[in-house]
Amino acid sequence: MGEVKLMKGNEALAEAAIRAGVDAYFGYPITPQSEVIEYLSREATKRTGMLVLQAESEVAAINMIYGAAGCGKKAMTTSSSPGISLMQEGLSYIASAELPCLLANINRGGPGLGTIQPAQGDYFQATKGGGHGDYRLLVLAPYNVQEMADFVKLGFELAFKYRNPVMILADGALGQMMEKVELPPQEPRVNVEYPWATTGKPKNGERRVITSLHIQPEKMEEINIRLQQKYQKMKEEEVRYQTKNLEDAEYIFTAFGLVSRIAMKAMDLGRQKGYKIGWIRPITLFPFPEKIFQEVAPRVKGILDIEMNSGQMVEDVKLSVCGKTRVEYYGRMGGVVPTPEEILENFERMFIKGE
Amino acid sequence: MAEENVDVLVENIVTPENLVYRKPTTLLDVDMHYCPGCGHSTVHKIFMEVVEEMGIQNDIIGVAPVGCAVFAYNYMDVDMQQAAHGRACAVATGIKRMLPDKYVFTYQGDGDLAAIGGNETLHAANRGENFLVIFINNAVYGMTSGQMAPTTLEGMVTTTSPYGRDPKVMGYPLKFGELIAPLPGVAYVTRQAVNNVQNVRRTKKALQRALEYQKMGLGFCLVEIVSNCPSNWKMTPLESNKYVQEVLIPYYPLGDIKVPEVKK
Repeated sequence: MGEVKLMKGNEALAEAAIRAGVDAYFGYPITPQSEVIEYLSREATKRTGMLVLQAESEVAAINMIYGAAGCGKKAMTTSSSPGISLMQEGLSYIASAELPCLLANINRGGPGLGTIQPAQGDYFQATKGGGHGDYRLLVLAPYNVQEMADFVKLGFELAFKYRNPVMILADGALGQMMEKVELPPQEPRVNVEYPWATTGKPKNGERRVITSLHIQPEKMEEINIRLQQKYQKMKEEEVRYQTKNLEDAEYIFTAFGLVSRIAMKAMDLGRQKGYKIGWIRPITLFPFPEKIFQEVAPRVKGILDIEMNSGQMVEDVKLSVCGKTRVEYYGRMGGVVPTPEEILENFERMFIKGE
Repeated sequence: MAEENVDVLVENIVTPENLVYRKPTTLLDVDMHYCPGCGHSTVHKIFMEVVEEMGIQNDIIGVAPVGCAVFAYNYMDVDMQQAAHGRACAVATGIKRMLPDKYVFTYQGDGDLAAIGGNETLHAANRGENFLVIFINNAVYGMTSGQMAPTTLEGMVTTTSPYGRDPKVMGYPLKFGELIAPLPGVAYVTRQAVNNVQNVRRTKKALQRALEYQKMGLGFCLVEIVSNCPSNWKMTPLESNKYVQEVLIPYYPLGDIKVPEVKK
């Protein structure tokens, strides 16, 4: 077993970044995730030589990542909702130029300046592109501090495999709460020469150009087709989810991130009362685990989707089951966290009492 | 003269011993999209001459943000990244911080550098980022066809200042070089032009000096080049060069604004 520590989610993510041999972090402080840049400023450079740079804005930070990623380096940032909004332009360019990078959104309540409390209102922004144009991020949703750490290494592996930005979509509670975490071993920072990276024109080769500009529509369509093929490959190869009690389930609770843990508790409470409830937690929000929902839909009486937003993932659940079962949503917004009891109560209201 | 005779004549003249001028090998042999008489092509050529003469073609990375020169990578035979509008200095920061031993430059217009990218330029300068910013100031937005730039002069007519720039409404023409020169992170600020042969030579020298300063690790270098835009100024190339000399340069005087102390 590796080194075990009691850590905040934000700190675990930062520590995992150092241990993953990340080359650069560019960021701008914003609650509730400023611990990441603080932890890295304290620890990273002296331990691995990793660059930690506080940018003048999130706009600058994401473009510094564009530059660093274009040199083939492992570059990352973290922010929270308003800051992530500022990064959308850069993410669209990064996705189009097909550069790898990792970012984490420690989602807080919105819209606007909103609140600093945990929320999941950025699901659409994270999973449907976020910026302009037809592109997707690969989105990982941790549900505990352990995954806040584990998804850093996984995120970079996926980012480089697909040359695509990867987002860890967490929330203010996952960032702030402390849990036991088993830390991964320290990996060295490695210098890999990628044929596409701009590190100076090769002496016996063509110059490298990183761009998202293709004036000819036919060429731009070609790029779009390639991007879509990449997203299709992600759908085939990268879907991750977790399930419980599906064998005898008559109902399904589904939720992602922090809420999936509350939903699990609500499921346990429901089972004590005799309701046969199963549980599905999407881990990749894009690609969305459509197939598991398609499989269970014909044999259950209904699916309750629980979110800390007005019902965003529920649209993907509905698209997946395609009308094969009843899908309902229950959630809280603006930084309010639902309790297991209120989830069960609303389940009973909608599915048992037949409202 | 018969055609075959001309061919023979040309063949006899175009020989290595008669060579007095050639394109730098660092400039790709393709047609440029720039309008006839535009200063961009001149700056591209002299900058690529500097890269060739310094022997750094394999050690330099450029950033071309949105503007007419976003296509610079179609002409400059070096590794390049295209950047979002205004973000060149942030992108260059990412590159240079990862590859401190390589030369890095941005090539930005007035709108890109001083309007939408003002913040990124200012903070890169203030951090003393050790790269070269080539700043083409032609007082107008070229690519989007002639709108007002932050550097547009008072009274100057553009498509968004059709009655002339009124500073009371539209603000004053911005001298970005003078603005950042006092910052301790800034090593070298100079303003040059490419409207005549003498100025072209001076500009080339300034570009070379800036790259030498970068090699010494002295910090942020800004080479502003007062240039023309015949198409959007609705002038012939010659008229536009005259306008640079008689109208732009009096407001944007040429010469060094800040020069580092270098131990010889």
